[in-house]
Amino acid sequence: MIGALAFTAPWLLLGLIALPILWLLLRAVPPAPVRRRFPAVALLLGLVDAERQADKTPWWLLLLRALAVAAAIIGFAGPVLNPENRAPGTGPLLIVLDGGWADARDWPRRLDKASGLLAEAGRSGRPVAVIRLTDTPDAISFQNAEAWAGRLAAMAPQPFAPQAYEDWVQALPDGGFDSYWLSDGLDNPGREGLAAALAENGSVTAFLSPRPVYALRPAGFEDGAIALKAARLAGDATEVEVIARGPDPSGIDRELARGAFRFAAGAAEAETRLTLPPELRNRITRFELLGQRTAGAVSLTDDSLKRRKIALISGAADREGLQLLSPTYYLRQALAPVADLIAGGLSDVIPANPDVIILADVARLTQPETDALLDWAGKGGLLLRFAGPRLAASDVSRIDEDALMPVRLREGGRSVGGTMSWGEPKTLAPFPEGSPFHGLPVPADVTVAQQVLAQPDPDLTKRTIAALADGTPLVTRKEVGAGQVVLVHVTANAEWSSLPLSGLFVQMLERLAVSTKPAQPEAKDLAGQTWVPERTLDAYGNGSDAGEVAGVAGADLAQAMAQGPRATLPPGLYVSGERKVALNVIGPDTALTAAVWPAGTVIEGIEIVKAQALKGVLLAAAMILLALDVLAALWVSGRLGGMAKAALVLLALATPQDGRAQVPDDLRAIEATRGVVLAHVLTGDADLDATAEAGLRGLGDQLWYRTAVEPEAPLGVDLETDELAFYPFLYWPISPDQPLPSTAAYAKLNRFLRTGGMILFDTRDGDIAGLTGAATPEGQMLQLIAAGLDIPPLDPIPPDHVLTRSFYLLQDFPGRHAGGAIWVEAPPPDAEQQDGMPFRNLNDGVTPVIIGGADWAGAWAVDQDGVPMFPVGRGYAGEDQREIAYRFGINVIMHVLTGNYKSDQVHVPALLERLGE
Amino acid sequence: MNLSLDLRGQAETLGQSLPALLAEAEHLAATLMLGEHGRRRAGQGDEFWQYRPAHAGDAARSIDWRRSARSDAHFVREREWQAAQSVTIWVDAAQSMTFSGAADRPAKLDRTRLLALALAVLLLRGGERVGLSGMVPKPGRAQLLELVAALEAVDQADYGVPDVTGMVSHGRAVFLSDFLGALDPLETALTAAADRGVRGLLLQVLDPAEENFPYEGRTIFESMQGGLRHETQSAGDLRARYLDRLAERKARLMELARAMGWYYHCHHSGQTAQAALLWAYRALEGGR
Repeated sequence: MIGALAFTAPWLLLGLIALPILWLLLRAVPPAPVRRRFPAVALLLGLVDAERQADKTPWWLLLLRALAVAAAIIGFAGPVLNPENRAPGTGPLLIVLDGGWADARDWPRRLDKASGLLAEAGRSGRPVAVIRLTDTPDAISFQNAEAWAGRLAAMAPQPFAPQAYEDWVQALPDGGFDSYWLSDGLDNPGREGLAAALAENGSVTAFLSPRPVYALRPAGFEDGAIALKAARLAGDATEVEVIARGPDPSGIDRELARGAFRFAAGAAEAETRLTLPPELRNRITRFELLGQRTAGAVSLTDDSLKRRKIALISGAADREGLQLLSPTYYLRQALAPVADLIAGGLSDVIPANPDVIILADVARLTQPETDALLDWAGKGGLLLRFAGPRLAASDVSRIDEDALMPVRLREGGRSVGGTMSWGEPKTLAPFPEGSPFHGLPVPADVTVAQQVLAQPDPDLTKRTIAALADGTPLVTRKEVGAGQVVLVHVTANAEWSSLPLSGLFVQMLERLAVSTKPAQPEAKDLAGQTWVPERTLDAYGNGSDAGEVAGVAGADLAQAMAQGPRATLPPGLYVSGERKVALNVIGPDTALTAAVWPAGTVIEGIEIVKAQALKGVLLAAAMILLALDVLAALWVSGRLGGMAKAALVLLALATPQDGRAQVPDDLRAIEATRGVVLAHVLTGDADLDATAEAGLRGLGDQLWYRTAVEPEAPLGVDLETDELAFYPFLYWPISPDQPLPSTAAYAKLNRFLRTGGMILFDTRDGDIAGLTGAATPEGQMLQLIAAGLDIPPLDPIPPDHVLTRSFYLLQDFPGRHAGGAIWVEAPPPDAEQQDGMPFRNLNDGVTPVIIGGADWAGAWAVDQDGVPMFPVGRGYAGEDQREIAYRFGINVIMHVLTGNYKSDQVHVPALLERLGE
Repeated sequence: MNLSLDLRGQAETLGQSLPALLAEAEHLAATLMLGEHGRRRAGQGDEFWQYRPAHAGDAARSIDWRRSARSDAHFVREREWQAAQSVTIWVDAAQSMTFSGAADRPAKLDRTRLLALALAVLLLRGGERVGLSGMVPKPGRAQLLELVAALEAVDQADYGVPDVTGMVSHGRAVFLSDFLGALDPLETALTAAADRGVRGLLLQVLDPAEENFPYEGRTIFESMQGGLRHETQSAGDLRARYLDRLAERKARLMELARAMGWYYHCHHSGQTAQAALLWAYRALEGGR
């Protein structure tokens, strides 16, 4: 072994001694000359070589060969880089993975390490068991290493810390075995017990990762700023960034804010604060530590961070000096710490779009106010109304239920236990199941002396969410669109009841999501509700929709809040009614302590250096060198020429021949948009495509000479790969054996047609069978192609179609064939010819297709010198026909580029004059 | 038996290859038969040339009465001058001519034979008498088959020596060869030809490989029969000097030709035969 290099068969290296002998052997052999018959040898006679080369192998060729042989010898000697030198153990082996969230930070490396340990155990034939401590403890059975290899690869970390250490201790098999513990470095309650139990059974080796663990505690709200805390195992001074993420106005998840934790040297905790405007703050869905891909470095936010906008509106004018009697005093006290309060008139606050509007003893609302409130509530607002003397005295919702009242009210209300009435003030009944208040403890000292009464109604029970002990509704609720209207049948001050004085009042406001709790929810806050997970986190901190899963009881959730999530309660966002609670891996006081290992434990790093066998590499190098030697030897003897040619041919065959595919799309797009580019569809028939290209070139030349349209060189368009949006016009010659476009190409074509493109279909068969005949293969092909296109109803071109006058006045439209009909989009059925007008008013856009069979491209086609390529008709009459064909082409392009401009009646007089000539 | 088999084999070879060569030569010659042909001056011949007014001294029988009857003057019907020349073609059939630098190129000899025969076809059509060296030049298409048979002859020597036998005094001669051998025999032959008032063409036919010398590395070059031999370590290094020598050889040939009033042209078997044939035909015509 030499440093990090070892050999499996070192004695083979003796072969290197033979290298100098090889040198001697090889240098004596000159490369053989080539014999050539060459008649002009007479001219060569007497010519002397410029440099008299020795008849020996050149030194570099020798070196090449020596290197090749040396590489082969060393290769066969089996060199191994970084050989494993751990003393192989014996007996069963237990590999323990923590598998918690903290493992996620370097899980692949842990897996590599574990599989390395597995492989090592497999080589020494030890039975192995692999356990993941976050799993439910199960009987441990030792198996051979191969059986574990597959299962190991499928293991993933869990988004919580291992907890069931005692059960694992119970599950440990009897008898001696060694243990390898790939630890995440964190201490959890009970872990020492397991470590001790393992140490009793045999030697324990712990593998620790050098990567630091960071944990982010739930965000709190302090003095108008978001307070964030992060924890770690003590270490050097460092800085970790934290990101607040949430949806932007268009719903895309984005980074909303960023802060930094500065850990002092040796400090385990760091704090930072983020000050954000409420709009931004309420959007935050999660905080995460930058670069830490663990569930512990992610903290989901819930209602505790939300600050709702609440508008407080009271009906009574404020009276100086009587603050305690103000209808909104207690509300203000309860809500000010946890919500943003808006004051002002109703018409002023609604545009601010508050989450909640509280009407304290407001009876009458004007019709515009009612409408605005209804509209606002329908979009998800919560209208919370309190009763009071004004409401009791008014006739709002007396006979018919008011749209903004959950119930009809009896006149006057009632008063119990007052000085002028019999009976005791009423206490509250326990909140029924299904009520948002269910689970809140009812204090005995909350009494109601006066209230407004609801009229009995079929819906009343359903709408009652809190009632007095005698069953009279105290809080009623009605849904309005996406929002709701809640009526508390007492005043918001202590005038009618002691409810606003109690803690229950605040809790009720919380349950109604009017206010939010600034701190972590406590057990009693969660009790009595069923919480359904909405989003869950995996061990890497990635959120995913929880899907349809059963809800969990509030008590269980409260326990998980205190002790950390479990397999049955993964970290995530839990929802009950209007409220959301985040269950995070790291609670506000989850301890992060370093694991301590019992004496006698071997501690190793998790970094792995793979033993690398170099044999293959070296042998490959030897083969490459020998191959080079062959080439070099050929070159030295001058015989490389033919070989090089063969290699070039092979290379040429191997490289893709489609040069067009290598032109970047951008270049093509630039080419296609440099000016007006006429395009034709590539049919795969080379002759046909060449004709189409020549035809469009000829037409382009004529356009250039005669009109303001100055087209660039035409392009062939491959429907499958090229973008069509650049071209106003496609010429499509039909070839009977062209492939049908793919679905994607059809989609592209239809988009092209709908957005104003035009396709000129040319069956080139002289239209001998008409459009419907399909007697020619081209006609049949056209029908096949057109079946997938979004083509409107077609008609033979009417004599007053705009194509007949878009540039030239034309009556027929010949190409190389004359007399065939052409088909365009049918005019609307209600188009009528006006008296005195030569044309119907057909202002309806450009026809998306023109179908004919006159072989226009053939008539237009010119070669590079501008000479027509194909004869048309006979003699001068044929040239006339070609001229009309050009005029048709110009009319088509004009029609494409100017639409129905010439169809406008404005042109009628001028056209009439010309027609009259 | 053996003899007859051999004869028959040869005959069959002849029957297969010769008409092919002949057909190819005819084809090649046909590409040159563009438009009218002839001496373009009045003289002896069969073809009508022009009518001219009769001068004193014209024989009465030379007057064309039919033409004269249409006017008052007498006219003589002149015929186009058709003087036959004797052309002797020497085709170098030595081994050096069997060389071809690439599998898809004809050997120099094939090209040479084709040129010779095509030239013969043209000349015979023009009414000349044509023969190979050692043959008596004769007119008429029948001569073609004899030419074809004579072209089959192969010389076993490395380099050919011009043969001046059968050359008619004041006739024309065409030497087709690569002229890669020693130049002394050529000089002798040219001198002999000049003595007899014979003028003609030197058409050097080379393979592109001989023109480019596309060889590299350690090589032993041998003449076709192995008579000459040259070994080199690096053929590529010789290229420039070889090309110099080749240019020198061409210049020497040109000089020889000019001195004797002959024409010289170098043709490569990689080019089309037509160009060389055109040149040869023009040169023969211009020489008159």
